[in-house]
Order: sequence, then C-alpha cells, then structure tokens
Amino acid sequence: MIFDNEISIKFKSNSQNEAFARTAVSAFVTAMSPTMNLGELSDIKTAVSEAVTNCIIHGYPKTKGDIYIKCSSLDKLFYIEIHDDGVGISNIKEAMQPMHTTSPQTERSGLGFTVMEAFMDSINVKSEPNKGTTVTMCKKIS
Amino acid sequence: MLNIFSDGSILIIAINGEIDHHSAEEIKSVTEHNLKERNSKNIIFDFTNVTFMDSAGIGMLIGRYKTLSYIGGKICLCNPSGSIKKLINLSGINKIINIFDTKEAALNALKGGKSL
Repeated sequence: MIFDNEISIKFKSNSQNEAFARTAVSAFVTAMSPTMNLGELSDIKTAVSEAVTNCIIHGYPKTKGDIYIKCSSLDKLFYIEIHDDGVGISNIKEAMQPMHTTSPQTERSGLGFTVMEAFMDSINVKSEPNKGTTVTMCKKIS
Repeated sequence: MLNIFSDGSILIIAINGEIDHHSAEEIKSVTEHNLKERNSKNIIFDFTNVTFMDSAGIGMLIGRYKTLSYIGGKICLCNPSGSIKKLINLSGINKIINIFDTKEAALNALKGGKSL
C-alpha cells in the first residue's frame, strides 16, 4: 500500500518515553487533519499510551529494549504499528480479556487492550514467545 | 505535579499534567504518605488540571479506593475532562468512585454526610 505520509521512531523502553510517544504520534495525526475532533486525538493518544506501556511492562519485564512505532496515513485513515522485541505473549486471546493482568500485585487495571479496542476502529496483535509483539491499530479521522 | 491540601479529615490532591504508568507511581506514593501523615480518612482528587490519563490512572484510583475502603473512608474525583470521563465510564470505576463537577460539590458531599 502506498501511503500519503509515514514516520518511524525508535526509543528505549523507559517509562518517561511514554509521553514522548504520545506527543510524537499526536503531531503526526494533527498534521493529517488540523481541525480534527479533539476527542479523536485523545482516543489515539490513550491507545498509544496503553500499547507502549505494555511494551515497557510486559515486553521487557526485566531488561530495557527498543520500542518501534510506525505511523502511516492514507486520506483520512490513520494506521499505527507498535512493536517490541521482548518476551512476547503466549496466549493472545487470554491477554486481551478485560481485567487480565499478569502482575496483580501491582496496580495495573488490566484494561490496556480493552481501551485500545474501544478507542480505535481496529486492532490486530501478533506475538510469539521470545519473538516480540506487534500491535497494529487503525482509526478513521473526521 | 501535585498540590496537596487538607480540610479536616479530607485530603485534597490537585493533580497537574498527565497521568500514565510513569507518573501514577509518584501519585500513589505521595497520596499514601499524606494519608498517614495527616491522618486523613477521605480523598478528593481534583482533576481540573489533568490533561491526559490512561489505564495506569484507573489502576492508581482503584488502589486508593482499596486503601480507603480498609479504613472506612471515601474517595471522590472532581472535574475530569470529557476524555477522562470516557475512560472512567469504560472502566466502570464510576460505580465505586464518586465523580463531581466541582471540588466544592465533592467537599459538600463528604462533609454533609451524603450517602456516597
């Protein structure tokens, strides 16, 4: 597919980079439609934050690694791919269940994938143990 | 990031900026510390200046709800933005945490003994 615009960024799995990821993606999306509904922009920022947090907490639970984000646009369709080279997910279906968390002792709500599903138009998750995880999401911008 | 006040047994925490996995831990530790230090029983989180929140914020609020339930206290939240309200409603925590339009309304409810 030939896109109108694309960006790729790579950053380390430090939690302070969550804000950087949201800001970078917001700048890309805003350029697609400067008069876009702010609620839509907020939905995208939230979904990105959830995906990046998953990379940091679950992808790289004991080490630091790289997180890759690729944003693309085609007319009013926004695509985003968020990838880590971390430990992967053995059971994607189970991981996407609402309130599912692998770390109940921490204050995680287990809502990450639920929020991504609710705030974006589509989500696809590909993962294999020890081969990382790729989350791809799409949203039509007004 | 946090402005902290007390009004009797009520701890008021005004949060500024964004709540995510990175910042939620600080809010948690500062809140827990002040609850003990000031011997507070109830909390109002003032969201007037919160510009973003993801599910890490939901986890932080549920954690404080558990803390206050243990000591018989209440947690209220005031003036969240439309986007944050959407996330709160999606999570269902609006069923256990009272949400008010203003800090004054939250204070009146807690002080007036309104059944929360």
